[in-house]
Amino acid sequence: MIDPLQKELLDRFQRGFPLSPCPFAVIAEEMGLTEDAVLAHYRELKRQGALSRIGAVVRPGRTGASTLAATAAEDDELARIAARISEFPGVNHNYEREDALNLWFVVHAASNDALEETLAQMERAIERPIFSFPMEKSYHLDTGFAL
Amino acid sequence: MKYPQSETNRFGWRPDARDRALIRATQDGLPLVPEPYAHLAATLEMTAEEVMARLRELLDRGAIRRIGIIPNHYALGYRFNGMSVWDVPDSEVDRLGAAVGALPFVSHCYRRPRHPPVWPYNLFAMVHGRRAEDVEAQVAQIRELLGDPVRQHRVLFSTRLLKKTGLKLATPPDSLRAGPGASATT
Repeated sequence: MIDPLQKELLDRFQRGFPLSPCPFAVIAEEMGLTEDAVLAHYRELKRQGALSRIGAVVRPGRTGASTLAATAAEDDELARIAARISEFPGVNHNYEREDALNLWFVVHAASNDALEETLAQMERAIERPIFSFPMEKSYHLDTGFAL
Repeated sequence: MKYPQSETNRFGWRPDARDRALIRATQDGLPLVPEPYAHLAATLEMTAEEVMARLRELLDRGAIRRIGIIPNHYALGYRFNGMSVWDVPDSEVDRLGAAVGALPFVSHCYRRPRHPPVWPYNLFAMVHGRRAEDVEAQVAQIRELLGDPVRQHRVLFSTRLLKKTGLKLATPPDSLRAGPGASATT
C-alpha cells in the first residue's frame, strides 16, 4: 500500500500539474521535498501501478454520438452475451451490475443513425432487447475525485 | 430516440495538427524526468516554451480538461463503483442534478431518459469507494441532499468489469473528434 505522502503526491496534483520547465521541482517546493525525492516517488508509484501516468485528460470527441445501454442476461448467459457485445467496435465499457438490467455498456458511433443501427444489430446478435440511456444533460464530470 | 451529438467548442476553435500531436504525446504520459516538457518538445520538434504555451491554451480552450496525475483507482483499492439512480420530478431534476454533481465524491452526474415501467429513474450519479460500505455511505449522503423530491432510488454496484479501454485519442486527422475514448461523455 502507499503511504500518506505518496497519497498526497497522487491526490493533490490530479489537476494543476505545474506547467513550468521543472514541474517536479515546483511540486517539491510545495511539499517541502527535493526534486529527486518527488521523481523517485512518482517512479515508484508508477512501478507499483498506483500511478497510471501524468498527462492530459482530453475532452471527449466533438462529433459522433454515444449512449449508455443495458440489457438483461441470465446468469449462465451473461459471459457469452457480454463477449458478443464487446466484439462490436465502439464499445469501450462493459460492466456487470446488480440489477434485472445486469449488463451495462457504452456505445459510440459516428452519428445518431449509425448508433441506432449498431444498437439494432446488437439486439439481433444477442436476441434480447437493449435499453438505451443517452445523456440528456451533464451536471458534472470529473474523474479526478479526491482519493 | 435522438442521441445528443457532442457539443462543438463554444469558441468555434479547433486544435491544429501540432496541438493534436502534442495531445497524443501527453496522453501517453509525461516522462518522469526533471524537464518533461523539454523532453516532449524534442520529440515534437517544438521548444519547451511552445509545448507549455500550447498546453496552457488547450486547457483554457477546454480541449484538455486537466493536466495532472492520473491514478489507477483500481490499484489504489477503489474496487467498488456504484451507479446510483434516482427518480425525481422532471421539473426539479436540473436543480437537484447540479447539487448532486457538486458533491466531491461524485465523478459523473447526468440526466438520462426513463424507460417506464422497467426503468423509472432520470438522474444518474456515479460514486466510488474502497469498500461497499463507503459507497453506501455516499449514496446515503446523496439521498439526504435530494430530500423529499426523491420518489425512489437504487444503487447498482458493478460486480465485474468485463471490458474497459482507456480514454485515448484516435489517430489523426480526426484525433479530437469522435475517437473511441469518449467514454466520459456517457
